[in-house]
Amino acid sequence: MIKKLTLSALTALGLSASAAMAAGEGGHIHDVKFSFEGPFGKYDQMQLQRGLQIFTEVCSACHGMKFVPIRTLADEGGPALPEDQVRAYAAQYPVNDEAANMHLFDYEEGAARPLTENDHFPANESQNAPDLSLMAKARAGFHGPAGTGINQFLKGIGGPEHIVAILTGYTGEEKTEAGTTYYENTAFSTGWIAMAPPLYGEDVEFADGHSNELHHEAEDVAAFLMWAAEPKLMARKKAGFIAVTFLVVLTSLLFLTNKKLWAPHKGKKTTL
Amino acid sequence: MSGIPHDHYEPKMTFTKGVEKRLPIIGLIYDTLMIPTPKNLNWMWIWGIVLAFCLGLQIVTGIVLVMHYTPHVDLAFASVEHIMRDVNGGHMLRYLHANGASLFFFAVYLHIFRGLYYGSYKAPREITWIIGMIIYLLMMATGFMGYVLPWGQMSFWGATVITGLFGAIPFIGEPIQTWLLGGPAVDNATLNRFFSLHYLLPFVIAGLVIVHIWAFHHTGNNNPTGVEVRRGSKAEAEKDTLPFWPYFVIKDLFALGVVLIAFFAIVGFMPNYLGHPDNYIEANPLSTPAHIVPEWYFLPFYAILRAFTADVWLVQIISFITGGIVDAKFFGVLAMFGAIIAMALVPWTDTSSVRSGKYRPMFKVAYWLLVFFFLGLTWAGAQGTDLIMVGILDGHPVFMQALSGADFDNTIGMSAPGFALIGSAYWFGYFFVILPLLGVIEKPLPMPATIEEDFIAHYPSAAKEPAE
Repeated sequence: MIKKLTLSALTALGLSASAAMAAGEGGHIHDVKFSFEGPFGKYDQMQLQRGLQIFTEVCSACHGMKFVPIRTLADEGGPALPEDQVRAYAAQYPVNDEAANMHLFDYEEGAARPLTENDHFPANESQNAPDLSLMAKARAGFHGPAGTGINQFLKGIGGPEHIVAILTGYTGEEKTEAGTTYYENTAFSTGWIAMAPPLYGEDVEFADGHSNELHHEAEDVAAFLMWAAEPKLMARKKAGFIAVTFLVVLTSLLFLTNKKLWAPHKGKKTTL
Repeated sequence: MSGIPHDHYEPKMTFTKGVEKRLPIIGLIYDTLMIPTPKNLNWMWIWGIVLAFCLGLQIVTGIVLVMHYTPHVDLAFASVEHIMRDVNGGHMLRYLHANGASLFFFAVYLHIFRGLYYGSYKAPREITWIIGMIIYLLMMATGFMGYVLPWGQMSFWGATVITGLFGAIPFIGEPIQTWLLGGPAVDNATLNRFFSLHYLLPFVIAGLVIVHIWAFHHTGNNNPTGVEVRRGSKAEAEKDTLPFWPYFVIKDLFALGVVLIAFFAIVGFMPNYLGHPDNYIEANPLSTPAHIVPEWYFLPFYAILRAFTADVWLVQIISFITGGIVDAKFFGVLAMFGAIIAMALVPWTDTSSVRSGKYRPMFKVAYWLLVFFFLGLTWAGAQGTDLIMVGILDGHPVFMQALSGADFDNTIGMSAPGFALIGSAYWFGYFFVILPLLGVIEKPLPMPATIEEDFIAHYPSAAKEPAE
């Protein structure tokens, strides 16, 4: 059994080489200047709200987001919706896949109960689509060069960019294999993805009048999914900044202390 | 405690006299902190403090993480997300713990390579070295099992591949593997025992760290010259040394500060850089990730494991001689563990009577080549076969072919570029051929007679009596 498992792991590794090569050849993932990148990056609250709208109106038909609590839509450092809006949002959110959300099933009503803000977004396995809670951290957009990881250091790991590239990477070609339709996509690892193009541009109307061209929509929903995957990003960067600042001061003081302490033994004059 | 003559603790108050009479613990702490330390230690002698900090950090953050983590295959992944989203400061705790492991290994590699360069493993410090190697092995076991706990794809498949190594042992491999996993495959039993051991081993490491420190406090620190502290009298020893407190405590704390600036920048600004995206996908036994790559700190040895494929002539010969009992897979496993054992045996394979590499011109070349190949193996360990096709050397197939010396049409993707093979060969060659030979053929450079002389060579004005 283990031998088989290991063997299949090895074989998959071997097979993947060609798949990865296809992706490597494509190189269609472009760097996007998201507002949340870099040490001081912050989420654009309006962009997250637009992304939430796209997720709700389009993605959620097939995808779940089961690790994200709905209440966190009100969090600072996130979409920061007012609490009454979050409650209203939860109440109208449909449970598209009852089988995957049995904890929500109301046996008296014979259907899923309405969601509250304390529930998570429901799971959705009805179309075999992957859960989107962590999608923006579960894919790498950038590699190399030559396996050194320098690109990821400079541009970030590229999860959101990968999402943008998938959403904008359809060529319009289709093929059907064993009853499943595949759509050609320049960003997908094998080149053919089972997801039909979800966005075409002008799929949603934004209340803030922001452009709903395809690449804008793709970036907005990618930013939202980054927040869904990393809701504490802004708090983390702030903590990092405070820690680094504090350590720079402490280390400078330790440097001076060390210098003064050793000076007599190194035969140097103490000027401090 | 130390063999170097120095002042011992004399209790003055009635209370401390009373304590010392019953349990000499204040004296023990005093002697430990005031150990005479060679004046000339350079900045490569700071990693011990960084490592002690890492162990503390990992234990403290780990204990808090355990309060919120659920070791069950259905709940583990979700409980990690619970930590990331709901627990106060949980995202920082987890990122500190995950990146803390990286800092731990970064520091331990520099610590080990410092020891290799300055001959810190040589008599009378062999036991310090051996204990260090055991600590390093336990760190690897702990790190590996910790990586399994989030129960992501890389956790699951990494566990499958690594425990599969034990399955490669002839005849008894499969029962051993089943015993390790607690069943026929990686499952809940595996997760539970890994969790248990991941919690236990750090405390074993902490115990060994105390023995490690005890051992080198007894022999005294090595130093960049490799020349021993003079022990004829206290006055003589004081010319070579300064007490650990405050001189080296402050120096080490400053260095720790510099290291932590980089560490907190990584935790704060790019905490997932050193991880793998696939571990944000929940473990799925029915779907194999495209590449199974261990954490970066295992990559050099992972490269050695993968280097010995069935088309290497040495593997074929050994396989033929043993009637197929030692196949390529088992050979790779032997090579990987052998690489670590080779390092552990270095006190006895290095025949040179000169301790520090500073005074060994030929050794220096061999040493820096070892560093080069170690870094190269780290790189090679991360590459799948696709690198050969799409990597930097794309368009230079002839060059790649020459470099590898092996057939690229390996059917199994676990064949690393030929670089890994050269690197692995050098690793063993360094420990078992070069080091024994160099002791015989190398003519060392002149050395300072004392540590004091070396120190004054660095700081000429230190020759005058220090004005206290």
